Amino acid sequence: MTAPGTAGTAPARATGTAVVTGLGVVAPNGLGVAEYWAATLRGESGIGRITRFDPAPYSAQLAGEVTLDTASRLPSRLLPQTDRMTQLALIAAEEALADAGADPRQLADYATGVVTAASAGGFEFGQRELEALWSKGGAYVSAYQSFAWFYPVNSGQISIRHGMRGPGSTLVAEQAGGLDAIAKARRHVRDGTALMLAGGVDGSLCPWSWVCMIRSGRVSPVTEPSRAYLPFDLDVTGHVPGEGGALLVVEDPGEARQRGVDRIYGVVAGHAATFDPQPGSGREPGLRRAIELALRDARLSVAEVDVVFADAAGVAALDRVEVDTLATVFGPRAVPVTAPKTMTGRLLGGGAALDVATALLSLRDSVIPPTIHIDRPAFAEAIDLVGSEPREATLTNALVLARGQGGFNSAMVLRRPA
Amino acid sequence: MLRKNEEGPRGGRRVVVTGIGVVAPGGIGTKQYWDLLTAGRTATRTITAFDATQFRSRVAAECDFNPVEAGLTQRQIRRWDRTTQFAYVAAREALVDSGIVGELHPERTGVMVGTACGMTISLDHEYAVVSDEGRIWQVDEAHAMPYLYDYFVPSSMAAEVAGLVGAEGPVGIVSTGCTSGIDVVTHAVDLIRDGEADVMIAGASDAAISPITVACFDAIKATTPRNDEPETASRPFDRTRNGFALGEGSAVFVLEEFGHARRRGAHVYAEIAGYASRCNAFSMTGLRPDGVELAAAITGALDLARVDRSEIDYINAHGSATKQNDLHETGAYKRSLGEHAYTTPVSSIKSMIGHSLGAICSLEVAASVLAIEHSVIPPTANLREPDPECDLDYVPLVAREQRTDVVLSVASGFGGFQSAIVLAGPGRWAA
Repeated sequence: MTAPGTAGTAPARATGTAVVTGLGVVAPNGLGVAEYWAATLRGESGIGRITRFDPAPYSAQLAGEVTLDTASRLPSRLLPQTDRMTQLALIAAEEALADAGADPRQLADYATGVVTAASAGGFEFGQRELEALWSKGGAYVSAYQSFAWFYPVNSGQISIRHGMRGPGSTLVAEQAGGLDAIAKARRHVRDGTALMLAGGVDGSLCPWSWVCMIRSGRVSPVTEPSRAYLPFDLDVTGHVPGEGGALLVVEDPGEARQRGVDRIYGVVAGHAATFDPQPGSGREPGLRRAIELALRDARLSVAEVDVVFADAAGVAALDRVEVDTLATVFGPRAVPVTAPKTMTGRLLGGGAALDVATALLSLRDSVIPPTIHIDRPAFAEAIDLVGSEPREATLTNALVLARGQGGFNSAMVLRRPA
Repeated sequence: MLRKNEEGPRGGRRVVVTGIGVVAPGGIGTKQYWDLLTAGRTATRTITAFDATQFRSRVAAECDFNPVEAGLTQRQIRRWDRTTQFAYVAAREALVDSGIVGELHPERTGVMVGTACGMTISLDHEYAVVSDEGRIWQVDEAHAMPYLYDYFVPSSMAAEVAGLVGAEGPVGIVSTGCTSGIDVVTHAVDLIRDGEADVMIAGASDAAISPITVACFDAIKATTPRNDEPETASRPFDRTRNGFALGEGSAVFVLEEFGHARRRGAHVYAEIAGYASRCNAFSMTGLRPDGVELAAAITGALDLARVDRSEIDYINAHGSATKQNDLHETGAYKRSLGEHAYTTPVSSIKSMIGHSLGAICSLEVAASVLAIEHSVIPPTANLREPDPECDLDYVPLVAREQRTDVVLSVASGFGGFQSAIVLAGPGRWAA
C-alpha cells in the first residue's frame, strides 16, 4: 500500500466483513434456490422459443423465459401496479429474507436497506402505457406508470413490502450493475446498516423491448435453442436474453450472529469496477484491472482463486478479451472457468447477481456447475472451461466477472465461510 | 466539524467539489444559472417541446439548449438523447471549471450519472415510429433506429461522459427517481472516500419533457394545472400551490479527494461533509405529513458531518410545490432541527426552474455550493400567500445576502426515497 491520495495508486480501502446469509432466485431453468441449483447441476437449459409474444416477425426468437404465474405468489393489489420483472423481484426478495430468517420489521429502525441493479425499468408495463398514450390519448395512461416503469422500482417496492427503511438505491451499468449493487450493499453494511438486500432481478420480454435489445447487435439470430448462445465456442453467434436474477441478504456478521443465524453462504470478499479505455487509445481493456483490484481488495493472490464465473458475452471479440485476460492473470488453463448462464441466457441487470448466488452455492457444495452446449471450444489452450458435466472440486474462493455494453467491467470475489 | 488535517466521514478520505457545470432552464452554464436564481426570475412557461394541448398540465421549465451552439458534433446530436447531451455539456463545463484537464489519471478517475427518466424523449418518439403510433403491439423491427439500445439502457450516458473525461475507474448510473441527484453525488463521494478513485465526475441529467412524462404526472395530478399563469405556476410553500412544474436540465461536479485538490492548487468550492438516505417504506408516491424518514436522513447527514443543527446557515429545500410534499418537508425540518427550523432560511429553487426529476437534486446541490461561494441565498419565487401550515422562513421572492458556510440540501421522491446532504464551505473546514 502507498500513501493515500497519490495519483495512480490505490490507498487502503474500507474494511469490515459482509456476509451473505440468504439467497432468492428466479431463473429460466428453475424457481427458487433449490430448484434452480438442481436444474443447473443437471445442465438443464431454460432457453426456448419466446412464448410471451409471437417472435416470428423478429430476427431473434429465443429467450430464457421464467415460467411462473406471478399472480399466484403475490398479493393481488400489487399486480396492477407492477411490471413482471418487479413481480419476479418481489418473489426473490421474499425467498432471500425467509432463507436468512430475517424479518426487517423486527430489526431496529433504519437497520435494513435495498440496493438493486436495473437496466431498462418496467419496459413491458411501459409498452402498454405508450400504446394507450399514442392510440387513445394521454388521459388513458395508468396512474401507476410513473413508478412501475422507473429504474429503482424494485428497490422501492421491496422496501415498502418488507419495511426496509435504511438506504435504498439502484445502479445501472448494463449487465455489470449486479456486482456493483452487491458491493454498494457491502459498503452500507460496513457503514453500519445491519442488513441489506442486494442484487438484481430483471428482464423485459415484450415486442418493444425486444427490438431495443436486438439493436444491441449482440443477440443471436439462431433459432435452435441449443445452438444460440455459445460463448467461447467456434460457432459463437451472440447471446440469448433472459429474465430473472437473484437477490442476496448481505449482513454484518456480528449482527447476523445476534439474530441467531448459524448458516452463512460466504463472504463478499472483494470487488472492483473499471471502465474500458476509449477505442483507438491502444490501451488494454479494463477487465484485467478489475480482476486484479478485486483480488487485492480480497487480499488474495491469483493462485488462491479456485473457480471463475465468466461474463461469457457470446460475441467472438469479447470472448477473446475475456480469455486473454484470464490467461494473462492466472496463466493458461490455470483455473476452472464456467458459464452457467449458458442455461439461462443473459438476464440484463439480473445476470451478474445470479452468478454470485450460483458461485456461493458452488462454494457450499464443492461443485462447479457446467457450461452447456460448448461442443467446439475456441480457446481450449487458454482456458479450462468446465464442460457439460458439473465438476467436483475443493473450493474456497470464487471470482465472478461481469461486463456491460459500453465498456463496463466489474469483478467480485466470494469466499467460503471459514 | 472537520478541520484541515482530520480525516473525513467515517474515517475515510475527505471529498471536495472543485468544478461545476450546469445546463438549466433560463440559461446554459453556471453563471447564467446563478444569475437567474439570485434574480428570483422564473423559467417556467407553456410547453414548447411538443403540442401539449391534450394534457391537464401544460407548463414546464424548458432549457433553451442548442446542441450546435453547445459545441456538439453532428454525430453526437444525431445519436445522443437530449439527456445525454445535457450531461456531456455540463460535465465539460465542470472539467474546465476545475482546471483538472491534463491532470487526470484515467485509472483513478470515475464517472457517475444520476437520472430518473433516462432517454424518455427518444424512447417515446421511437416507440411511436415502430408501433405506427400505437396501432400495433408487435412493433416493427424494420423501423427500429440503430441507437435504440443506447436509449433502452441509460448507462450509455455514463459511458459517453466517461469517454469525454477519459475515465477508466468506476463508471455507472445511480437512479433513485427524484433523489437521484443527491444519491449519485454521495455514491461518488463514497467511492473516493474508500479509495476506489481520486476524482469522480458526478452529477445528474434529465430531459423528459415529453408526452408520456406529462401524461404520467397528469394521471396522478402531481403537476400544476396553472396553465394560464405559466410564469408563476410553481409555488412552493405557498397556500395556492397545486403541484410541481416539470423541468429539465443537468448539473455535474468534479469531486476530488481533498489532498489531491490541494496539491494541484485547485479552487475548492465546498466539502461534501455528510449525507444519509432513508426509505419511508410507506408508498411509491405518497408521503406522511410527519416526515419521519426525511428527518432521520437529515439527522444522519448532520451526524456524519459533525455539524450541530444550530450551525446550518441555509436549507436548500426539495420544495416541489405539491400539497403533501411541502407539508411533509416542513414537518421533517421541525422534527430534525427543533426550534432551529424556525430560524434557518429555507428556499426552493423549483419555484424558478421547475422539477427536473432526477437532475433537480444535482442542480440544487449546485445552487447550495454557489450559495456558499457567493454568500447569497436564492429565494423561493412566487411565494406571495404563505400557507399557515408551512410556517418557516422560506426566503420569499428576494435573494438574501448572508454569510453561508454550511448548507443542508434534501430530497424526497417516488419509491419512498429520502436523502439529505450537508455541504461545508472553506469558512468551516479551513478554520
